Amino acid sequence: MSKEPVAVVGVGQTKHVAARRDVSIAGLVREAARRALDDAELTWADIEAVVIGKAPDFFEGVMMPELYLADALGAVGKPMMRVHTAGSVGGSTALVAASLVAARVHGTVLTLAFEKQSESNAMWGLSLPIPFQQPLLAGAGGFFAPHVRAYMRRSGAPDTVGSLVAYKNRRNALKNPYAHLHEHDITLEKVQASPMLWDPIRYSETCPSSDGAVAMVLTDRVGAARAPRPAAWMHGGAMRSEPTLFAGKDSVSPRAGRDCAADVYRQAGIADPRREIDAVEMYVPFSWYEPMWLENLGFADEGEGWKLTESGVTELDGDLPVDMSGGVLSTNPIGASGMIRFAEAALQVRGLAGEHQVEGARRVLGHAYGGGSQFFSMWLVGAQPPTS
Amino acid sequence: MNREIAVVAFAQTDHRRTTDEFSEVEMLMPVLHQVLERTGLKTSDIGFTCSGSSDYLAGRAFSFTLALDGVGAWPPISESHVEMDGAWALYEAWVKLQTGDADTALVYAYGKSSPGSVRDVLTRQLDPYYVAPLWPDSVALAALQAQALIDAGATDEPALAAIGARSRTEAATNSHAQLRGSVPQGEYLVRPLRTGDCPPIGDGAAAVVLAAGERARDLCERPAWIRGIDHRIEAHGIGVRDLTDSPSTRLAAERAGAFERPVDTVELHAPFSSQEVILREVLELDDSVRVNPSGGAPAAHPVMAAGLIRIGEAAARIHRGESDRALAHATSGPCLQQNLVAVLEGDPR
Repeated sequence: MSKEPVAVVGVGQTKHVAARRDVSIAGLVREAARRALDDAELTWADIEAVVIGKAPDFFEGVMMPELYLADALGAVGKPMMRVHTAGSVGGSTALVAASLVAARVHGTVLTLAFEKQSESNAMWGLSLPIPFQQPLLAGAGGFFAPHVRAYMRRSGAPDTVGSLVAYKNRRNALKNPYAHLHEHDITLEKVQASPMLWDPIRYSETCPSSDGAVAMVLTDRVGAARAPRPAAWMHGGAMRSEPTLFAGKDSVSPRAGRDCAADVYRQAGIADPRREIDAVEMYVPFSWYEPMWLENLGFADEGEGWKLTESGVTELDGDLPVDMSGGVLSTNPIGASGMIRFAEAALQVRGLAGEHQVEGARRVLGHAYGGGSQFFSMWLVGAQPPTS
Repeated sequence: MNREIAVVAFAQTDHRRTTDEFSEVEMLMPVLHQVLERTGLKTSDIGFTCSGSSDYLAGRAFSFTLALDGVGAWPPISESHVEMDGAWALYEAWVKLQTGDADTALVYAYGKSSPGSVRDVLTRQLDPYYVAPLWPDSVALAALQAQALIDAGATDEPALAAIGARSRTEAATNSHAQLRGSVPQGEYLVRPLRTGDCPPIGDGAAAVVLAAGERARDLCERPAWIRGIDHRIEAHGIGVRDLTDSPSTRLAAERAGAFERPVDTVELHAPFSSQEVILREVLELDDSVRVNPSGGAPAAHPVMAAGLIRIGEAAARIHRGESDRALAHATSGPCLQQNLVAVLEGDPR
């Protein structure tokens, strides 16, 4: 059976900061939604359904906040769904919204993801004691640091690679007015001299805790034809999950990530991602995840990802730019971070990414992951509608 | 659109006041095994998996990630989760099957209310700035709605008592129900609601398998075809809604095609007796329709699974040949804020 092609015609996000004390949660999400509608030159009445994501509810202390947010997002009288798939949730949320259009259940859908982390403390929100389970060791960094170590040992990567990623992403963030961290005096030496938090992860190689929201308007062929600005077309999208902990799990390159990417490439007709994809917005909360995911996503052979990073391929002016927006390393409202990757990918192929635009970006991958490298969601968007 | 999609199997736990001896995943696993056994499918045969649950019931972030272990999620599966009742997980799965990306889906939901005070926990769903700090609990809000109905002349306390009694009498033959047979109407919990007007607090899980087209006929002798499914949300603020009405249910029912032809069976997710009064009115149900033959939410109310169970119970009656066209309803939020309606049909006999 044929699916309706899905187009992104509106993108909006807030300026991400450590604490948005000037707005309520409702005010925060409405700001992003309003900007996405403005981009699409649509009104609330044009939206048929709302799909919202965030993770987890404990960060703001509101259980199932979509109920409270229905009014703020113009959802009254409409279908409203709430997705929650841990850190990958922003991506998953966009994919659920895209399915509504692809299945021709709705013509135009608003999708949105947010986190207002200033309402709580993310590190301890993730560190609740669970009987008979490995604790997260004080936040996500404690969980992921051993996996970074394993990658370094397996690949023989020099221990300077992580700081290169952080230095690059923080410089990219300077070109993105919505990014949280704008470190105008950033230098490679400063990254390398920053305190060690979870060896080998340094302070400047970690993501901040941000308040922020991002929204997209997704629509069908008819909606795209009416759109005032270029659309980004979805060429493939997939989710994959595997358990957090089990004997045989490859935490350095989880199979769920590889399978998810392969599914997206199959849908998009991509045989050689390294050559056929122009740029990647990748979920990199700790700098070393750039080389690790480059391998997991098929852009480099096993053990070779760090060489792409080290040789400058992933720089904004490189052959395969990664995290042009500054990435999760510069902006991390957790529940929104995945959707920001998807939205930034869309901005790139629409040619609307501003100062961090990659010249001639035609096909861009948006990537998200969550849990203990357990949940993956990705989409590939293009400047042209899909042909099949 | 409108690929033919059916519920082909349903399973649920025995719902109980406490299940201290089980983790969520231990509670869920037998149900997952049963629902797969009924179709002969293995986890690896399932095209898409979707679940519904709430971190706040479990008391911990990302609680659903461990439940996923119950699916035996290796090799990696195509999977998603809604922080909603499992009825909405079923909706997401139905949409996924409509895209043609999958032919089968496993949907499950679970909730344990026993570890905490669910009345207090549900207050955390409310507007966090103006309402939640006052801790108005779920029974108190339902009581406001019940009183509004009584004030409007739509019902009275004896009529409400009859609803609770009828539900639990129906549940006498439902071995999974928590409250069965004759249960005293009890004292006032929050006026005008007595314990008999309120759902039991309990733990439980449920799962269904969906399949598309011919696949459904291969897996089930009499599939319960989803002829329509839709859901709508209303304003959150209790003060801006007419609590005696449910326009979101009416609209969802219209969109699901519920009014096109009469149904013979209805499974309503009305935790409070007063809510059944409202739902009967907006769904235009008269006494000729069998409402909640399972006993409904007044007999068993595992939060986050209770809506999915309504769809499962309706489908199971079609599977057994006891219904030809059934309506299933699920609700979420205070005072019926969000509602889903599905219309299910069996092949003509």
